[in-house]
Amino acid sequence: MMGKRISEHYTEQLEGIRELVLRMGGLAEAMTRQVVQALVQRDGSLLPEVRSMELQVNKLHVDIDEACLEIIALRQPAGYDLRFVTAAIKINTDMERIGDHAINILEKTLSLLAVPPLKPLIDIPKMAEVAQEMLKDALDAFVNGDVDLAQRTIARDDIVDQLKDDIFLELIDYMSADASTIPKAMDLILVSRCLERIADHATNICEYVIFMVLGTDVRHREYPS
Amino acid sequence: MNNVFEIRDLSGWFGDNQVLKNIHMDIAQYTVTSVMGPSGCGKSTFIRCLNRMHDMTPGFRTTGEILFDGVNINSEAIDPVTLRRKVGMVFQQPNPFPRMSVFENVAVGLRLNGKNWSRNGLAEVVEKSLGMAALWEEVKDKLDSPGVSLSGGQQQRLCIARALAVEPEVLLMDEPCSALDPVSTAKIEELIEVLREKYTIVVVTHNMQQAARISNNVAFFLLGELIEMDKSGKIFTNPSDKRTEEYITGRFG
Repeated sequence: MMGKRISEHYTEQLEGIRELVLRMGGLAEAMTRQVVQALVQRDGSLLPEVRSMELQVNKLHVDIDEACLEIIALRQPAGYDLRFVTAAIKINTDMERIGDHAINILEKTLSLLAVPPLKPLIDIPKMAEVAQEMLKDALDAFVNGDVDLAQRTIARDDIVDQLKDDIFLELIDYMSADASTIPKAMDLILVSRCLERIADHATNICEYVIFMVLGTDVRHREYPS
Repeated sequence: MNNVFEIRDLSGWFGDNQVLKNIHMDIAQYTVTSVMGPSGCGKSTFIRCLNRMHDMTPGFRTTGEILFDGVNINSEAIDPVTLRRKVGMVFQQPNPFPRMSVFENVAVGLRLNGKNWSRNGLAEVVEKSLGMAALWEEVKDKLDSPGVSLSGGQQQRLCIARALAVEPEVLLMDEPCSALDPVSTAKIEELIEVLREKYTIVVVTHNMQQAARISNNVAFFLLGELIEMDKSGKIFTNPSDKRTEEYITGRFG
């Protein structure tokens, strides 16, 4: 590890940002887990807590940007510190979007719970599990500056994309066979679309982690593994 | 791009104490290079080698080569006075000649060059030099006042005008803003921005934000060694050497 920094206070400020990002990530993760659980187990009682978590996520969204701006203005971070603060700002946006997607799933869940189920859900919970794991690993990679974990996490995005395609095809079959299934099937398609987006945001977070650690921008190109 | 300086295996000693260690560096024409590093790292010693300011320092010696426009500046054929005219220097503390007027401070270098100047010819060069140093508008009505009557920031620009009057190729600046307030500092930095179109500039600075703002390239020195030299953007976002990273992030020791 690096030598001792001259200003302990500066170190504490950077640590503070890391903690805020983690807290927000934990909330985004919990929102995703809980909303999918509500959908799969048809248990609406889990939903109010998801809404209250979103309020906390939104507050952290503002707090993290504020803390990052302050440290840029007052400390002029450079090198790793600059890349860390930049990554925190960007990860912040992705986590806020994850919160929004969880809320979108919540809205669809409310309408799906109001009617009898179309079918037992199999691929959606599977997809949700991979997306949640990706998010958890992305945050772990951020905390530990773990490039290897970040790369492995990015690779798992393909699994989520494949599941989404499978879900789309299956639901299109339902809709073709019976037009009355369209509202429910559309809601499920939108849920799977949200889960796919959540995995994409986890992928973004991993890309920022790689940038933070190595200073290499791996977005928009195949990363040589 | 042409290299104005090509420094090859430069080492320097004060007596037995080696203060510069095998420095290799190219300085391209019309660039601003900042030399950065903790106190005692040899950065001032280094830039003073570039116009032989150490000639009068007892016990100082160097090995290696400093090629200026392809010629070794330490060879016998080089006249140090001519060299210093081509490679001008601005110091940390503004140092206008205390008994001279604003005008004379700028004109003195020209007079000492031996050529017989007409008053009008001198006035023209003085106005041009003060103009390039972004000082003309502020002093045009007090050219006969003592140079030392100006503010610190103005005095520093006066020293820059003095250096520019003899038409150098290179300006060496040894912490030119460390004695100045932020407004004067900003003026010097803006000036450097303009001057880089016509001059090659090497600046020693302790101020990392200043180095980031003004320079094309940054050289990081530590204990007499050139650790790393690269584009400023690279040095301040993702330096190659761990020691540079530690320095710019404030972790040290």
